[in-house]
Amino acid sequence: METSRDDFVIAIRSAFLKKETQQKFSILTLIIFSIIFLILGEINFKPINYIKIAIKEIAYRSTFIVSVPEKFIKESYYKIQSHLDVYEINKKNELELKELRAKELSNDFLALENKRLKEIVDDFLVEDKSTFAKVLSDKNSPFFKSVIINKGSKHGINLGSVALDKKYLIGKVVEVNFATSRVLLLSDLNSKIPVILEPMGHLSIMSGTGKNYGIIEYNQNQTRIDGDMIVYTSGAGGLFRSGIPIGKIDINSFENEDQKINFYSDFSQLKFVKILSYKKEEN
Amino acid sequence: MSTLYKTNIIKILLNHIPIILLFVSILNNFDFNYLNLKYFSFNFSYILIFYFSLKRSASLGYTLIFIAGLFNDVINGTPIGMSSLMYLLLCGVAAYLRAITLSVSLLKDWISFVITLLVINSLSFIILNIFLNYETSYIDQISNIIFTSLLYLIFPFLFNFIEDRRSAW
Repeated sequence: METSRDDFVIAIRSAFLKKETQQKFSILTLIIFSIIFLILGEINFKPINYIKIAIKEIAYRSTFIVSVPEKFIKESYYKIQSHLDVYEINKKNELELKELRAKELSNDFLALENKRLKEIVDDFLVEDKSTFAKVLSDKNSPFFKSVIINKGSKHGINLGSVALDKKYLIGKVVEVNFATSRVLLLSDLNSKIPVILEPMGHLSIMSGTGKNYGIIEYNQNQTRIDGDMIVYTSGAGGLFRSGIPIGKIDINSFENEDQKINFYSDFSQLKFVKILSYKKEEN
Repeated sequence: MSTLYKTNIIKILLNHIPIILLFVSILNNFDFNYLNLKYFSFNFSYILIFYFSLKRSASLGYTLIFIAGLFNDVINGTPIGMSSLMYLLLCGVAAYLRAITLSVSLLKDWISFVITLLVINSLSFIILNIFLNYETSYIDQISNIIFTSLLYLIFPFLFNFIEDRRSAW
């Protein structure tokens, strides 16, 4: 009994304490380093932050270069898939185009009227700065949904700026480095956005799920939503301008009683994004 | 002269292939996520580190694994030091198994790998959720463990092939 316990201790010692040939540190030393990094990183210890920034600048640039072959395969895969679906998509697009042409007629009038009314209540935000950025890498891991873009503080990107794909909201800037930034996507589990469900005008909170859809987490009236509803930013909290389209409620699907939102933008296909910040219009 | 030079480069590349593969997989997030298969995800770096630490411990340096972990954290947005800790625990378990194992079989390695995977994923889940208040999904974590475990049975054949080529040079 005593011998087997000794064997166990010897094996553990040789695994964790022994330095292998050409190794400078034992596993235990490096484990202790990792724990120190983890603790100091969480309390925002300055030297660790500098190390983090240096690794970020190297890693983000190299990830762009290293992922070129995979990106090529990925793009070829999507291209083939879109070629296969082209007939169906075209039929659907023709129908949508007809509907949109009809809607466009009244849209301009409504937009002007809305602008006039918002100016009266002093809630009219205008674009302050807009920058187009290239997506360096989309880390579509099952746990963290974010993209890294090639613009940073030297290009005037600010923390909390809005990221758009065409006219659709895709997320916000959560990390700004010197030449790169990270955009947290709406689909991330930690993303919570105040939204309004139109045409009913229900205020709500939209949360990411870690998948390619969001959920209505809190509904002002706690009512089940039936019928076609479009989700826009509500502008509550002053983080986003109101009225940026996000997605559509999927009335037939639920996740744990929460209704699903299908995003307008496909986050796996992002190549360029528009980074915007808003300010109040000066008269 | 030129043939000798070429041979040397290929030899150096083949000798360092595990570490090159590790960094490429980390920088590239090699997990076929673009296939959009529901719940499909796996952790290639865990497979690679465990396999090479168990079979050819000299191929991967612990310091390089530690640095690779830091890169992985920065790219994925996890707290810095988290992946390094998990990778090194994986190395530690592999080194322990290497010290106590006399007869080698893929099945035994696989069982050890699955148990280690469960332990380190639970540990990472506890640290992220309880201590650092990060929200992660149970289902994604479980499916990641299942696919990583299953793929451990396939990747050794590829790694053995690479090792054979290396030995042949």
